Amino acid sequence: MNPLHPARIGAAVRQQLTNVGSGTRLFMRLLALMGPALRRPRLIGDQIHFLGNYSLAIIGVSGLFVGFVLGLQGYYTLQRYGSAEALGLLVALSLVRELGPVVTALLFAGRAGTALTAEIGLMKAGEQLSAMEMMAVDPVRRILAPRFWAGLVTLPLLAAVFSAVGVIGGWLVGVVLIGVDGGAFWGQMQQGVDWWYDLGNGVLKSFVFGIAVTFIALLEGYAAKPTPEGVSRATTRTVVVASLTVLGLDFLLTATMFSV
Amino acid sequence: MQQNKSDVWVGLFVLIGAAALVFLALQSANLLSLNFQKTYTVTARFDNIGGLKPKAAVKSAGVVVGRVESITFDDQTFQANVAMNMESRYLFPKDSSLKILTSGLLGDQYIGIEAGASEENLKAGDRVTATQSAVVLENLIGQFLYGKAEQGSGGNAAGAGAGGKE
Repeated sequence: MNPLHPARIGAAVRQQLTNVGSGTRLFMRLLALMGPALRRPRLIGDQIHFLGNYSLAIIGVSGLFVGFVLGLQGYYTLQRYGSAEALGLLVALSLVRELGPVVTALLFAGRAGTALTAEIGLMKAGEQLSAMEMMAVDPVRRILAPRFWAGLVTLPLLAAVFSAVGVIGGWLVGVVLIGVDGGAFWGQMQQGVDWWYDLGNGVLKSFVFGIAVTFIALLEGYAAKPTPEGVSRATTRTVVVASLTVLGLDFLLTATMFSV
Repeated sequence: MQQNKSDVWVGLFVLIGAAALVFLALQSANLLSLNFQKTYTVTARFDNIGGLKPKAAVKSAGVVVGRVESITFDDQTFQANVAMNMESRYLFPKDSSLKILTSGLLGDQYIGIEAGASEENLKAGDRVTATQSAVVLENLIGQFLYGKAEQGSGGNAAGAGAGGKE
């Protein structure tokens, strides 16, 4: 049948609407189950260990190198205008406000989101989730909610690590390597970075990204077709959808937060 | 509560994250130097504030003694109404004067306060009357060109001379 046949289009639209609907329903259930999930902190702790500790290496190394590059590029541009002392401010503001939350969320989607999707998808393919339902254990509560919590907690912390390591990286390149005045580097930074306006909004951003990335990873895994191909597709979709969502949300959040 | 092998690592991770946040707060945002000191508010009217923004510094002899709280427009006098929070530990005479200055060639604008000679000090709610507006570069250039033209045309420019300041 012709793919532009009205019946096909109608079916596709209905399918998309159904996806959005079941996604929203899952989101609501997760939110409702956030309180009850706290009663089993062990599950959340295990997930924080799995999502956070194992992501620490890639986040730290990426942050360090992003800081290096910011230091080099920032110095190169700023010294044209004779204001290399503002390097600290440039590095800190770009990391805290933008790069920290966004790059961490993108890396988190690749490093941890895929793992979540694949794990849940394979549980579904192995009929473990159905088995749990047979035993009257709610898989959303037992499997998804702790992971959701862990993602919420982990991403802001990872973003903070990323920014802090990046600032140190920028300091290493700018002050130690190139020889920008250290006092000016920190002084300008401390004068220009506002703890609530810049730092607080950065943390808020990474918190929102944590919700978005973790939820997308869980949804894709939970809705995956229970076949090897379905799981691999779901994993790919997690990265694509989560990255695009993060970038889109970032624009919206930045526009509302820093619009003054 | 039974202990889990991964607990120590989770604790370490959370601590590292918290340490990073504290580092950012202290080292880059300089949270400790936030002054929660008492302030008193004084206001002033300026004909033109140029690029002054809320939270700009109020400086005396180069030292920050307060911050601009808010800037509003007064449609009765057609002037800008600037409210400033001055640190309580610094007192200024009532007839002190305010100037809008620029730090560096392209820097931020701030308010410079110059002490007067009055015996009485500024109190909360007082209005500083002696103010000097921001220097607007276009006006400055305009005046300069006008002066030049006047100089060049000499005695025959009766019309130009009448409008000139000198």
